[in-house]
Amino acid sequence: MAETTYNQTGHAHGGAQDNAEPLRFHETEEHHPEQGTLLGFWLYLMSDCLIFACLFATYGVLGRSYAGGPTGAELFDLPLVAMNTSLLLLSSITYGFAMLEVQRNRLRPVMIWLAITGLLGAGFLGLELYEFAHLLHEGAGPQRSGFLTAFFALVGTHGLHVMFGIIWLVTLLVQLRQRGLIVENQRRLFCLSMFWHFLDVVWIGVFTFVYLMGVLP
Amino acid sequence: MFDQLDLSKLIFGRLTWEAIPLHDPILLVTFAMVAVGGVAVVGLLTYYRLWGYLWREWFTSIDHKKIGIMYIVLGLVMLLRGFADAIMMRLQQAMAFGDSAGYLPPDHYDQIFTAHGVIMIFFVAMPLITGIMNYVVPLQIGARDVAFPFLNNFSFWMTASGAALVMVSLFIGEFAKTGWLAYPPLSGILQSPGVGVDYYIWALQIAGVGTLLSGINLLVTIVKMRAPGMKLMKMPIFTWTSLCTNVLIVAAFPVLTAVLAMLTLDRYLGTAFFTNDLGGNAMMYINLIWIWGHPEVYILILPAFGIFSEVVSTYSRKRLFGYTSMVYATVVITVLSYLVWLHHFFTMGSGASVNSFFGITTMIISIPTGAKIFNWLFTMYRGKITFDVPMLWTLGFMITFVIGGMTGVLLAVPPADFVLHNSLFLVAHFHNVIIGGVLFGLFAGITYWFPKAFGYKLDPFWGKMSFWFWTIGFYFAFMPLYVLGLMGVTRRMNHFEDMSLQFWFQVAAFGAVLIAVGIAAFLIQLVVSFLRRDQLRDTTGDPWNGRTLEWSTSSPPPPYNFAFTPRVHDIDAWWQMKQHGYQRPTEGFLPVHMPKNTAAGVVLAVLSAALGFALIWHMWLLAGIGLLALLGATIVHTFNYDRDYYIPAEEVAAVEEERTRMLANHG
Amino acid sequence: MSEHSGGAAHGTFKGYMTGFVLSVILTAIPFWVVMGGVFESSGTTALVILGFAAVQIVVHMIYFLHMNFRSEGGWTMLALIFTAVIVFITLAGSLWVMYHLNVNMMPGMMDAVHQSP
Repeated sequence: MAETTYNQTGHAHGGAQDNAEPLRFHETEEHHPEQGTLLGFWLYLMSDCLIFACLFATYGVLGRSYAGGPTGAELFDLPLVAMNTSLLLLSSITYGFAMLEVQRNRLRPVMIWLAITGLLGAGFLGLELYEFAHLLHEGAGPQRSGFLTAFFALVGTHGLHVMFGIIWLVTLLVQLRQRGLIVENQRRLFCLSMFWHFLDVVWIGVFTFVYLMGVLP
Repeated sequence: MFDQLDLSKLIFGRLTWEAIPLHDPILLVTFAMVAVGGVAVVGLLTYYRLWGYLWREWFTSIDHKKIGIMYIVLGLVMLLRGFADAIMMRLQQAMAFGDSAGYLPPDHYDQIFTAHGVIMIFFVAMPLITGIMNYVVPLQIGARDVAFPFLNNFSFWMTASGAALVMVSLFIGEFAKTGWLAYPPLSGILQSPGVGVDYYIWALQIAGVGTLLSGINLLVTIVKMRAPGMKLMKMPIFTWTSLCTNVLIVAAFPVLTAVLAMLTLDRYLGTAFFTNDLGGNAMMYINLIWIWGHPEVYILILPAFGIFSEVVSTYSRKRLFGYTSMVYATVVITVLSYLVWLHHFFTMGSGASVNSFFGITTMIISIPTGAKIFNWLFTMYRGKITFDVPMLWTLGFMITFVIGGMTGVLLAVPPADFVLHNSLFLVAHFHNVIIGGVLFGLFAGITYWFPKAFGYKLDPFWGKMSFWFWTIGFYFAFMPLYVLGLMGVTRRMNHFEDMSLQFWFQVAAFGAVLIAVGIAAFLIQLVVSFLRRDQLRDTTGDPWNGRTLEWSTSSPPPPYNFAFTPRVHDIDAWWQMKQHGYQRPTEGFLPVHMPKNTAAGVVLAVLSAALGFALIWHMWLLAGIGLLALLGATIVHTFNYDRDYYIPAEEVAAVEEERTRMLANHG
Repeated sequence: MSEHSGGAAHGTFKGYMTGFVLSVILTAIPFWVVMGGVFESSGTTALVILGFAAVQIVVHMIYFLHMNFRSEGGWTMLALIFTAVIVFITLAGSLWVMYHLNVNMMPGMMDAVHQSP
């Protein structure tokens, strides 16, 4: 073969292992590279995390620019936020229970826990929409001030994520019904679980940085 | 309320016949040319019945090699558009002195410099970089494809859709007149009420999705799919730089997405992120967009560094000098690139503490970059250097880039920057590093890997012509801008009063003409090489006596890349295999597991482009339908579980048999 | 299942419950601190609740997202740490830069911000 004639500059390396047993340069069996979906999805979540970082940074910069409009202390209804927080936290644990059932390979309980998770998520969204409607009604819409712009953008983006999570969850329920707990569906359940828990983590930032700190004098 | 007028508004939004620029002769001529060219291409494709072939073999292909080539074709086509903008600007600035207003009205001129910047960064440099990474990385790491082949196809079509929107803006409506980063409040709804900024926003958002997904894809590919034995510190250096670039893409592009989304809300809903009133803060936009923007610079240059490293060591017949230091320099640059963004707006007035911090970090980042230059020099030292075209580009880069780097360090000094901010000195600096670094790197890479992709080398004569015209043209075009910048001339000017400056602009315009010849030479090179392909044929698969795994395959490689997954023991894996007299296996082939082609990527990207177009023109009905269709198509796509197939062992054996025969004829 | 999902970590019932109980506590305390007006100074309150948020995020990462240094060959953890650094740079950097901008360029308005309730 042509390649073997190119020997003139072997000074950098090569020949060092001549005495050892001959090296194997290819696999003779079929080689299965590792499945990358979970890592890929995790990387997507990390990139999503940076979108939220920008929104948090913007809220940090604009969060006290009231432009003569209402302040967080006047607008935020902490009991409602506490309610919302508990709904999301509960949905995290119910998703966890679904994942435990996946490990036991029991389709029905998986679907039931998923459905409960979806309902809790929908409850969260409902309360958030109620809060938004209330704010708009009071004339505290996103166009009112830099503070409200940043507030609606951050909380709204989180809400949009929850909404997509619910759409995904429903889609997955249909797919589970059709095909059961096959490998692909297990992987999807795992990805959605990361997505769901990730949204809960973001919400920790939201209720602390936006609501709790927003009402501080 | 629902009378005729409202219905047409609902359907057509603000799109009227006035949006077609019939009044502008330049655009009309361009349109005529594009139309004639387009009809000719469509006619030829139809005449030779190539549509089915293109659709089956290319558009719906999930083969990383074909997608890589499509990215590069997209980048080269857009290069022509971006360069047309450049030469129009140079002509205008060379003409418009004193009484002469030049030939471009300010309104049009502003769109041209914006489009030039946007196209060159997002639709030339990015597709070319992504294309080369897509093509080369899986081959270098001994993989059969990327981790997510469908996503790869989808990413390409999203990028292409973004490019298409920019092109559409030429003939329907207008493009942004704001400069390539669309700073508010100028890009806000009050100062830019037209569709220009909206084209800008949606083109970048759609292309941005593609870029982000391809970043994730290549990251997972490099992390998960390396051949057995290829530990991190045994990866080829181009793969290393690709890894770091994709880390930067995944960690920077979301920032662009977020900040553009905020600008979108300001423009569409009247929110107050970046407005002058109601507590908005326009500087926050500039702050955020440069948190993306500076890493973006390194997204472009790191793969170019990788290409130069491969080229230098191949054509010097030596292992790369200081591989480990090269890797660490790349990683350090990756992290540091997030700590320098404020040097793009020292003049905003954050004060001494902030400016000195970012000035110092900027100077620090030049250290690992400088270290790389020395690594390349020491690689060449006492090497058996062959001055093939890729090596010429590399040498041109090393000289040119050092100049650009030094003017960069100069600009990193805040007091100096206060004088030179937004001057032509800055314009000269970044063209110096982007042309001298990124573009030269891309040409080196294209010339270097072309035989791998197409099975024949590029004609060296026209390659050298292209190199010399580009290099000399570059110096003619941009050295005068340094001079002008030091004299205090600011960028983006449509007209000058001071006649004494005209000489320098004429020199710069001459330089642009030389670059035009360089581009023409490159295109001629493609044609000539195609015509002479039998003489230039590469039968070995290893035309340059290469060192890394991509050269162990045939040129072009089979769809599955490697019949048997290679096992790696050394950084220069293929070189070591050659040293050990490795014999290609000729029997015992197994069926190969491969992903299936799919049209989903094209469909989703076309829907995205339609949605973008509807949003740009406020066609709310179409936008609503588009959004639902996009969501629906995505969900439908997830119901497709049948995504792969096996190439039977006999077929693999037949392909490999063919290669054995080819190698035997050669040897 | 574990072979198919690429070596990702899995939870246990005990793990989820621990995480849940801890989260409830770590959520309740900040709400109580703010709604009950436990501390005089806003600065102290803010620091305390930010501290609780940080701890709760770690709890979620460990018990719900099952982060550790082993899954996916440590790459998820590496990605998380890198992202955390970038998030920190983005947040802290933006606040720092924009604060100094306001101090230097809009001195009058900064007084208003400091005095505002």
